[in-house]
Amino acid sequence: MSGPSTYEPKTGFTKWLDSRLPIVRLGWDSFVDFPTPRNLNYWWTFGGILAVFLMIQIITGIVLAMHYVPHEAYAFDSVERIRRDVNFGWMIQSMHANGAAFFFVAVYLHMFRGLYYGSYKAPREVLWILGVVIYLLMMATAFMGYVLPWGQMSYWGAIVITNLIGALPFVGDAIREWLWGGFSVGQATLNRFFSLHYLLPFVIAGVVGLHIWALHVPGNGNPVGLEVRGGKDGKKDTLPFHPYYTVKDGFAILVYLMVFAVFVFFLPTVLGHADNFIEANPLSTPAHIVPEWYFLPFYAILRAITFDIGPIDAKLGGVLLMFGAIAILFVLPWLDTSKVRSMRYRPLTRWFFIFFVLTCFGLGWCGAKNPDDYVLGIEGFKFLYFGQFLTLYYFAYFLVVLPVMGIVEKPKERPASIEAAVLGNKASAQPAE
Amino acid sequence: MTEDNGALDGHGEKPSRRDFIYIAAGGATAVGGGLVLWPFVDQMNPAADTLALGSIRVDVSQLLPGSEMTVMWRGAPVFIRHRTEEEVAEARDVELSALPDEDARNDNLPEGTPAIDANRVLRSEFLIVKGNCTHLGCVPTSQETNAGGEYNAWYCPCHGSHYDKSARIRRGPAPENLPVPDYFFESETTVKIGLNDEERANSGWAVA
Repeated sequence: MSGPSTYEPKTGFTKWLDSRLPIVRLGWDSFVDFPTPRNLNYWWTFGGILAVFLMIQIITGIVLAMHYVPHEAYAFDSVERIRRDVNFGWMIQSMHANGAAFFFVAVYLHMFRGLYYGSYKAPREVLWILGVVIYLLMMATAFMGYVLPWGQMSYWGAIVITNLIGALPFVGDAIREWLWGGFSVGQATLNRFFSLHYLLPFVIAGVVGLHIWALHVPGNGNPVGLEVRGGKDGKKDTLPFHPYYTVKDGFAILVYLMVFAVFVFFLPTVLGHADNFIEANPLSTPAHIVPEWYFLPFYAILRAITFDIGPIDAKLGGVLLMFGAIAILFVLPWLDTSKVRSMRYRPLTRWFFIFFVLTCFGLGWCGAKNPDDYVLGIEGFKFLYFGQFLTLYYFAYFLVVLPVMGIVEKPKERPASIEAAVLGNKASAQPAE
Repeated sequence: MTEDNGALDGHGEKPSRRDFIYIAAGGATAVGGGLVLWPFVDQMNPAADTLALGSIRVDVSQLLPGSEMTVMWRGAPVFIRHRTEEEVAEARDVELSALPDEDARNDNLPEGTPAIDANRVLRSEFLIVKGNCTHLGCVPTSQETNAGGEYNAWYCPCHGSHYDKSARIRRGPAPENLPVPDYFFESETTVKIGLNDEERANSGWAVA
């Protein structure tokens, strides 16, 4: 939808600048006059929310780095000092820690939006893949950031996750030692995690730039999953990004920030773990190591494999499946065989999707629990078995449901155009002045 | 440009001087790139001072039979247990076929050494093993605190791995026995953990 530019520089300076560096033109074409489908609902506001949270994390993070000490003897105390003594440190640290959680809430809603409305389908495959890359970078950044306060959960989380690498055959031990910079998680590990935790958000910002670029070539998808029509009709299907979507996104951002503020100011540690208020101790493992909530579904998949699969032992199998759960998203555009984008018009697959969302929550629940405990106290029904069942469905959704349903399902009738979907048969399709 | 390297576009023509330059320049760039890249990768490996801190001496004279101690070595725990005669007997009374991991996992002995108890200890009463579960690295709890698991020895609470009196994995997700670090008895009561080549040669270890 990157049509001819409608930007006209008006002042002498902007004319002068436009012929040298057309940066105002780029902004105008991307965020002011960009033609956007007129039927976007609030699920489409999470992109803007995510951009805001990336900025919040970078700004609060740079400030925290001015006070944080990446040393195993001082890291824990320096974070406590930020919380207690540094001016407004209590607020900035809380924004950063809770900001990570809210970043993940938004990214998961953004991804579920993409899955429901088929945002990954042609011609938006590269856009989707770049999104998965951002998600992976976010996970690496969040993991390393969680190690920095050097509490018990930080330390033992780092031990468990780096030991996953050791499961790789032949090279596992060497890679693990290379990551550690020693014979265990220690000073060298903390120092390099700090360095990389500072770097990766800027890499994310770069990939976000590519993500938006890839978005602005085909333009936004939309809830009915129809493409904007070419030629004159295209105008009837779209609205300029500003003011229609700057206002809609702005409203959603404000509401989201209000919820965020409740956590920052009134529940600053509720998403954290009590054990992380104990300084790291290599001689004592906490009774129950759990990752942050946003990693729990993958943790459940990791633990679901308790049996050897041919030559692959249980540990490696769990690791492969856990990474596979994310890797499968890269090929999703080619697994879904349906030409229909939106689940609104896929009566059967829609139910499979709803069950898939429940599965993700269920896996998160399993990840938080001891695998040997019973689900809802039902004798014999261990969380392990529940997790194994949900893991099976997680992969079946991508490998069986989406490829098969595209062939066997009869989609519902779709509207003729985006315009018709919004306005029915009303004559006037002009936006209100 | 193209008229200069016509030979590249053609088929079956003799390699020209320019082909040679292309390949030589490309090869030199690849090798040079690799040479530049390697220091930036290798800097993350353990540094010289980290490697130099690789050995400790432990006095075990105060360690009575039936008790154990945990020492820090290379940033991680090592268990030293003074086993009673009953414990040794229990450890030696296990068939190799009952073990999920039949390798002794002993840094002092070659790989593939059978995991009988005699291959796990230098002196039968002292069992010395690294104290991180081979599953994901948690520190197993011990019989000392009545949390030794099914074999009343060590149990990893994270994902439920049970180890026996020789710290061999018996049940649970851990794939390997707790590894034996390289050590020897410097004197009757002093253990040195982390050996140089000379010490290793005279440590007294042999496959049973």
